[in-house]
Amino acid sequence: MDRRKSIQTMILGAGASALAFHGCKPEEETKVNEEILTSEDTDYWGRTPEELERVQKLRAEQLFSEHDLETIAVLSTVILPPKDPHGGPIEAEVPEFIEFIAKDIPSMQPVLRGGLMWLDHKSNTEFETEFKSASLAQQKEILDTICYHDIDVPLDDQPLEIQFFYLMRGLTMTGYYTSKVGIADLGYKGNSPNVWDGVPQDVLDQHGVSYDPAWIAKCVDQSKRNVIAEWDDDGNLLT
Amino acid sequence: MQIKESSEVYDVIIVGSGAGGGMATKQLADAGLNVAVVEAGPFFDPKDPKTMTQLKWAYEAPNRGAGTTRPFGGWDMAWGGWEIEGEPYTVEEGTEFRWFRSRMLGGRTNHWGRISLRFGPDDFKHKDIDGLGENWPISYDDVKPYYDKVDKLIGVFGTNEGLPNDPDGFFLPPPKPRLHELFYINGAKKSGIPVIPGRLSMLTKKINEDRGVCFYCGQCSRSCQVYADFSSGSCLIFPAQKSGGKVKLFVNCMVREVTTNEEGKATGVSYISKDDRKEYKLRGKVVVLAASACSSARILLNSKSKQHPNGLGNSSDVVGKYLHDSTGASAAGFIPGLMNRNVSYNEDGVGGMHVYSPWWGDNSKLDFPRGYHIEVWGGMGNPNYGFAMNPNDFNKFFGLKVGGYGDQLRDDVKKYYGSVIGFGGRGESIARKDNFCEIDPTKVDEFGIPILKFNYKHSEFEIKQAKHMQDTFEELIHNMGGEYLGNKPGKDRDYGLHAPGDIIHEVGTTRMGDDPKTSVTNKFNQLHDVDNVFIVDAGPFTSQADKNCTWTILALSWRASDYIIEQLKQQNI
Repeated sequence: MDRRKSIQTMILGAGASALAFHGCKPEEETKVNEEILTSEDTDYWGRTPEELERVQKLRAEQLFSEHDLETIAVLSTVILPPKDPHGGPIEAEVPEFIEFIAKDIPSMQPVLRGGLMWLDHKSNTEFETEFKSASLAQQKEILDTICYHDIDVPLDDQPLEIQFFYLMRGLTMTGYYTSKVGIADLGYKGNSPNVWDGVPQDVLDQHGVSYDPAWIAKCVDQSKRNVIAEWDDDGNLLT
Repeated sequence: MQIKESSEVYDVIIVGSGAGGGMATKQLADAGLNVAVVEAGPFFDPKDPKTMTQLKWAYEAPNRGAGTTRPFGGWDMAWGGWEIEGEPYTVEEGTEFRWFRSRMLGGRTNHWGRISLRFGPDDFKHKDIDGLGENWPISYDDVKPYYDKVDKLIGVFGTNEGLPNDPDGFFLPPPKPRLHELFYINGAKKSGIPVIPGRLSMLTKKINEDRGVCFYCGQCSRSCQVYADFSSGSCLIFPAQKSGGKVKLFVNCMVREVTTNEEGKATGVSYISKDDRKEYKLRGKVVVLAASACSSARILLNSKSKQHPNGLGNSSDVVGKYLHDSTGASAAGFIPGLMNRNVSYNEDGVGGMHVYSPWWGDNSKLDFPRGYHIEVWGGMGNPNYGFAMNPNDFNKFFGLKVGGYGDQLRDDVKKYYGSVIGFGGRGESIARKDNFCEIDPTKVDEFGIPILKFNYKHSEFEIKQAKHMQDTFEELIHNMGGEYLGNKPGKDRDYGLHAPGDIIHEVGTTRMGDDPKTSVTNKFNQLHDVDNVFIVDAGPFTSQADKNCTWTILALSWRASDYIIEQLKQQNI
């Protein structure tokens, strides 16, 4: 079975509808000629049966209460306010992510759950209202007391509420920047088929570096990437 | 229950489907032999959409790609790790070893770094240079023709530099350096450390019609769906089947022992099927062990019989001894010159370094005997779990406050994106008899097979080498105008020297030699004690070099396969 056929069979077998063709006209040799399955082409995400079972088990459990999740949602948007056009933690599904990751990595639970209790206790004491219902100004007043850790002291040796905020900020940020909207905000251009042919000149200039012509002469000529390699007896590439 | 025995007698039974087993499968099946391949894990094909992780985004996983079930991150294509449920091992108190296993067709070749370095002439005869360890019974000239053939069959990019102990080969052209790699080249130059294009087994150019060309997603650790990187299944086993070879795959089958007859010759293997937990026997004329250095030693030690009371091939008592892993130490630096990156372009590149530094030092002038190479990483990576977790940690280098919240964090993340360079030093340790694995008589795995116990300690040689690595990394970082990240590990932490097994280059447990009293296999990877059993993983390595072991596993497996074909032809085995 040739490759093209086997890939098509595989796709049909998987019931996927759209196959991303990154093929091109024969003369455009510097493009990617392979037919490549991207993440849009399947519903699978590459888990083993054991991993799928584990994920289903974790999803079936509920760790945080509705109130906790609302508090997480409010807190995460104070940490990273939404901004056009790429939204914020809610669009990035940060609360859902935190609910899952705290089950996936259970060692986080005492700090997260304890910290949420601290937050409400503090807010009730200061403002006679739960954190999620406090005004933005009141919320910030509380957060200002816990949002800077001592960089010279191990985090584990600092007060629980400091550890809590540090962890919440970390999860909010990583949750946002690993989401579709966050990756767009970052501007990351990778994770897609392409042909690497070096750093653009304006970027080289910006950072004050340049390519050594002798080095570049040894590098791949991308216009010949689809020409089958042949060597002479001394290992010199002929094609 | 009676053990079920196959009626078919295979010409060759190959245990394990990684680099060594894959190459033996390809060569022996291509020669027309009837081959059975027994693999402890399930079937795997990198192009199967169900198991594929290539080009997945973090947000497709509820944990955003965290490494909770896979030690190198959720998308890594190694089903296994240093700990596998139901398959324990023990470690002698006061010593350490971590044993990484991949349970799947193709084994660890599906996720490895593809750094494909030939050993050099000195690496086979290093005892002649410094009096330490043992020489191999073969030289570079014996292996060179096979390295050449491996280069052409599998494909590796690199350049011919004419270096004495980092031999030239048949290379595909390398990719251009990335931005951080240009910084590295400049930084290394200031210290007189050589930098050359990387040597990795990915196809920057077409080598045949069966495999695609690299499309630069930087994810070789996820195993490539167009077969543009080297994985044993996609590049050796499937092609062997495709060209009409008689290759029967037994997956989910955990080999317990090699069976023998009255004369002490091997008659096949017995294995436990993971599907029904029953024991089966396969019969074969020749048994080739390629289960990984420690697994093959375990199988031999568990293969006790009247004829082989100390375990198969172990009359020397050397099976399991001389276990050694590459040394490893790591560091990372923050490079202000790499701040404020222009994100207009995709710099994923291949899944590994476009440049590296082969060993440059003169050990006769240093306080440790063997060298190391430097691997480099960095760049504007694909965000997965952990990314932006400490959005403005580097503020401390500018006297700015670390922490806080608000819109500023977005700017912090972008300001520092891609500004870190990391180094891995990977070096040679001296093989010693008192670093070993043996059978732990008190425990079995979930299949009832006695497990391994490890006994391994680093010596001062490795520790001093790690110190040299750390000092070098610090100097390189300063040369680039950067700051060493974290606390540089000192003597109290053995200079950050990784635990043995961490680098996953374990070799030496069935070492080759001319003397049957001090070695397990001869120079053709054949047991001294039993002429129809061969070992083609890294077990027969007399010594590890400051290289990675896979290219030498492949070359020696091919060489041993040629020998097997010849010996079968001559009816010697």
